[in-house]
Amino acid sequence: MTEELTPDGRRIGDVLMDLKNITLRFGGVTAIKDISFNIREGEIRAIIGPNGAGKSSMLNVISGFYVPQEGEIRFRGERRGPMRPYEVARLGIARTFQNIALFDGMSVLDNIMTGRLNMMKAPIWSQALWWGRAEREEVENREQVEKIIDFLEIQNIRKTPVGRLPYGLKKRVELARALAAEPKILLLDEPMAGMNVEEKEDMCRFILDVNDEFGTTIALIEHDMGVVMDLSDRVVVMDYGRKIGDGTPDEVRNNPEVISAYLGVAHE
Amino acid sequence: MLYREAGDFKTSYRDDGQTFPIRLDRWGYYAILAVAFLVVPLVIDSYWANAVLVPFLIYAIAAIGLNILTGYAGQVSLGTGGFMAVGAYAVYKLMIALPAVPIIIHILLAGAITAVVGVLFGLPSLRIKGFYLAVATLAAQFFLVWLFNKVPWFYNYSASGQINAPERTILGWAVTGPATTASAKYLICLVFAVVLAWVARNLTRGSVGRKWMAIRDMDIAAEIIGVNPLTAKLSAFAVSSFFVGIAGALLFAVYLGAAEATEAFGINKSFLVLFMIIIGGLGSIFGSFAGAAFLVLLPVFLKNLLVVQLGWPTDLAAHLELMIVGALIVFFLIVEPHGLARLWQLAKEKLRLWPFPH
Repeated sequence: MTEELTPDGRRIGDVLMDLKNITLRFGGVTAIKDISFNIREGEIRAIIGPNGAGKSSMLNVISGFYVPQEGEIRFRGERRGPMRPYEVARLGIARTFQNIALFDGMSVLDNIMTGRLNMMKAPIWSQALWWGRAEREEVENREQVEKIIDFLEIQNIRKTPVGRLPYGLKKRVELARALAAEPKILLLDEPMAGMNVEEKEDMCRFILDVNDEFGTTIALIEHDMGVVMDLSDRVVVMDYGRKIGDGTPDEVRNNPEVISAYLGVAHE
Repeated sequence: MLYREAGDFKTSYRDDGQTFPIRLDRWGYYAILAVAFLVVPLVIDSYWANAVLVPFLIYAIAAIGLNILTGYAGQVSLGTGGFMAVGAYAVYKLMIALPAVPIIIHILLAGAITAVVGVLFGLPSLRIKGFYLAVATLAAQFFLVWLFNKVPWFYNYSASGQINAPERTILGWAVTGPATTASAKYLICLVFAVVLAWVARNLTRGSVGRKWMAIRDMDIAAEIIGVNPLTAKLSAFAVSSFFVGIAGALLFAVYLGAAEATEAFGINKSFLVLFMIIIGGLGSIFGSFAGAAFLVLLPVFLKNLLVVQLGWPTDLAAHLELMIVGALIVFFLIVEPHGLARLWQLAKEKLRLWPFPH
């Protein structure tokens, strides 16, 4: 058992997900080249890198959207074979998308309730008659969802169709939907893309609160360096599909390879 | 100010999730049910039953079925007529083979058989979507009608190629066959329509309905949150076909009494039901009823107006009727693309503030 405390007193546990020598190719293009890193329980893990570095591909590998040609993924110590995305979701891995992927025709409440579909197992006849298990499950899960709605402060829009919401709120609803699944690992693909400063601050606070209050392990991709360095416990830096740095924000900041990837190298 | 929701507070999630959250809506709904069950059967005559109410109820069931598949799960289908034929021929074969079993069981079994057939023809939906799926379901329409015409076993080798509903009774009342009274026809269709609408509402507000809508709105995101697209799409095909099969069984056994596959269940039926849900409103149970009412009642109304009131020749009125129905469909689609259900909702929102503009 390796347990550490972060400077602010949160508990970081064992390795939850271990990625070993992952290589992903699309035809002749190698998007990810032999990358290994791990995600430990309770931490906030950031993946950063310039555009096209393969960050989103990495997230898609974790969420089962892409199957890597080489390498293995261990989740809670067990090797994970090739899986469909919905099977990965049932393991307890939830994610949000870079360009919001909500269900526009449904209300905020229904969208968040979809996050709990895997906990609702009433047989179809029970649902058809709205009798017994279906009704009970609906109320129980609604209670959980309402906690998340309170937590993310979206009570006033719970019955609004998602299509009518502004961008920042949509991002928050998407986070709520992912949280509703009570994930072991929460993957956030650019949670602050396109937001203004206040919205970013709100989102940062929510991410920290989620990690703190629910103890959810979070892996996120973000371009805003200030945000990444403030939020994360450890950072993976990618460039051209390779891993060029891995460590605490301070270590990464001073890594010469990272500096050259982001700022360019001085030619003499 | 007549119609309002202010002050109508809910104190439990169970209450908040009910079908008619607003008190006035709920009363209206009970009032309509009471009239439909207690008053209408006493006053109904055979014209009202055969021209208006029975076809309206049967098409409403079919429209709810298609709405589950197309409006809720987002899978376009042009095979409705074919699936109605499956329900009709299934109930016919069951009525002949097992005369001792109550007709209600036959109709439900016919729905179940149609559900199985629907799942088979729904399999392509796992690979194809949109227009391409519509074409694939069109194949179901043509294949099924062809099958029922070509294989004599289905129509029990009758010389005419038709199927005829024998007389069956419920509690001593004939509900099929020539001796059926108007009110019996109406009541059996009403019971099925009300129960099935309630079932459809329950399914669409619960977890299976959310799976369908998730698949409809964004299938990739649905899969990422843990919806298995295989079971979601096939369950939509199964439930939808169950409804459509029951509508087909009622159309044949209760309404028509005799049917021939090409004529009764041709491609026209598929389009008619599809128009009903487009005009009524996709993804709405109320819309299914509204669309069915619109397309069943409008021709009757126009015929009454033109022939009976204005005294025009029947053939001229018939042609004009087609043109007017067509023009009205276009008009409604331009004015309100989300159908009558949306118009109704807007009207309610206006009424909430009436007589004040804001």
